[in-house]
Amino acid sequence: MPDTRVNPTFSKSTGLPRKRFYRARAHSNPLSDSHFPVPLTPAHVDYSLHYPQFFPSSDQVDRSKKIKFADIGCGFGGLLISLSTLFPDTLMIGMELRDKVSEYVKERILSLRVANPGQYQNISVVRTNSMKYIPNHFDKAQLSKMFFLFPDPHFKEKNHRRRVISPFLLDEYAYVLEVGGIIYTITDVEELGEWMKSCLENHPLFEPLTEKELEADPAVKLLSSATEEGQKVARNDGQTFQAIFRRIARPDQIS
Amino acid sequence: MDEEVAAETRKDTEVAPALIAVHPDRHSAAVAVGPELRVFNLLGNCAVSLVDDSVTGEQPFHKDNIRAIRFGAKGKLFVSAGDDKTLKIWSTQSWHCVSTVSSEKRVTAVAISNEGLHVCFADKFGLVWVVDLNQTSQYKKLTPTPLLSHYCSIITSLEFSPDNRFIISADRDFKIRVTNFPKNLLNGAHEIQSFCLGHTEFVSCLAFVPAQESPHSLLLSGSGDSTVRLWDISSGALLDTCEVAIKAGLLESDGNAEEHDHAVTDLCTTLDGLLVAVAIQSLRGIVLLSCNVSAQTLSFAKVVSIAGETFIPTCLANSSPTKELWMVTGISSLPGYDYPSLARVLVISGIDVEQEPVVLEDDKIPGGEKLLETLQGTTSVDDNAFLAAAEAVKAAMCNLLIKKHYPFENREYRKKTRNDKKLKE
Repeated sequence: MPDTRVNPTFSKSTGLPRKRFYRARAHSNPLSDSHFPVPLTPAHVDYSLHYPQFFPSSDQVDRSKKIKFADIGCGFGGLLISLSTLFPDTLMIGMELRDKVSEYVKERILSLRVANPGQYQNISVVRTNSMKYIPNHFDKAQLSKMFFLFPDPHFKEKNHRRRVISPFLLDEYAYVLEVGGIIYTITDVEELGEWMKSCLENHPLFEPLTEKELEADPAVKLLSSATEEGQKVARNDGQTFQAIFRRIARPDQIS
Repeated sequence: MDEEVAAETRKDTEVAPALIAVHPDRHSAAVAVGPELRVFNLLGNCAVSLVDDSVTGEQPFHKDNIRAIRFGAKGKLFVSAGDDKTLKIWSTQSWHCVSTVSSEKRVTAVAISNEGLHVCFADKFGLVWVVDLNQTSQYKKLTPTPLLSHYCSIITSLEFSPDNRFIISADRDFKIRVTNFPKNLLNGAHEIQSFCLGHTEFVSCLAFVPAQESPHSLLLSGSGDSTVRLWDISSGALLDTCEVAIKAGLLESDGNAEEHDHAVTDLCTTLDGLLVAVAIQSLRGIVLLSCNVSAQTLSFAKVVSIAGETFIPTCLANSSPTKELWMVTGISSLPGYDYPSLARVLVISGIDVEQEPVVLEDDKIPGGEKLLETLQGTTSVDDNAFLAAAEAVKAAMCNLLIKKHYPFENREYRKKTRNDKKLKE
């Protein structure tokens, strides 16, 4: 347990890490060669480090239980924490490129676990460049949900290839999503919203959810309310743009 | 001083290794050194003069280093591409350039589908493009379509699976991607079959094990981690690993201090799929591995050394009907030496499980001195130059494909001197 008397980066009242000690730039260049450990294959992801309560020892990991949700660019982890109690038996992971921010989420989860025994055991975070290393973390058809909440808009056309939703990267997301798995995107930038929607519409392995399905999905409500970014938009009475699509099987041989 | 280092690095990456390709029926052999493409007709025993109407005058067909050459499986087509951002498709009957395709970026790898209808090429930004040769009426005006992308990674090798169902792409981020080759090319290739993961350095080369009876296509890959690995492409499963540098006695099994010295540079399989020839940086010769298709294993067979000269092959090509392995070593340009470019060709015969491989003397090589004159350019070159060339090729490859690791202090210093910060001050 973090000792709040000697560690000023943790709040005295809540025991949670204080955000001001984990400030980072809002943007990170996904094209640069960063240095962080990358699992050689998905089988090399150490579940006992991420979910010690589910996997007490790294030697006897039950490979049948796998991570099912991924929050790509999880930021300060708001969505993960809301999802954790909503789906307490589902393993989920946040992926964040900014080192300090991922450190913050790590500390936040650890503190929550201490403060709420038995809870928040199913969430974890990893520092990685998900645009490059998705196949190193997940097997084919492993995930049932992927979240892309308020991604970097990269306005300049020259930088569109840095966008986390792009026609070619969707191929990799389709690979790690199971058939029927759902991809959630939301942004407060209209232009990016249009872009993400059109990328998904034009991809042969995705179809949009119906209005009815959207209403029935508990995760949809969290998109705009659970994250720090979403709350900021709501405070400023901003608009948000969602695109939520389902992974479908290959529409066989439309040629 | 930092600038100096950067300039030097650039110079190193500008050098390109010599490449070789042999026609599947051994009608001809081609060598590329720098921007120059040299072809020898083995049937007529004469040098081929290439014709390209799109290039006028005395200019070379390629304006910069050639990075990839290849014959189609049926031998009707030949492609060449490289740093000049063009891909040239040649007819092997007339040796006319039938089409010049422009790329947005430098081209790093090419592949021709086995029925000869599609040419794929990869650029330095990780995009794979396809050219559809079905549009024969518009042969001159072929336009490439983007097919798939490795996110900002350099693609090092491209292969079609023997049944043409998959296109395989390997990159410097240790990855091999197996993608379903689509029926409708205009929509791109979206369905990934598998990723073959397990290499711990850049993947440098790919080759299929030609085994007709096996239902699964087995893929071989060589890497900067000094291993050759065998994969099942339908699942991406790693079937076997052969630590070739250790087996060849180049590396101690516990020593990893200078592992980049022994990167696998090229791979070549025999027609029956039983033997695999492997070129390794700093090995004067090749390593032969035997591949057991039914047991799905890979084992060390022997080292074939080259005596009497410094010959570290930069590229391999097999001539299946004659059980020969053709090898080239060379470099586009060698700083500090008088030679504009260097190339040396050698042939090993008897690449077969039942025979003993023999390194052929120059006068015993098919085509003899005449072939060597055509493909090598100059006939005799100082042995030291080849040693220097091998070092330069190695340095260039490492610079290109291995990520730079800056120590912590250095990283902080580099952050302070970032360009965007300089502008503010």
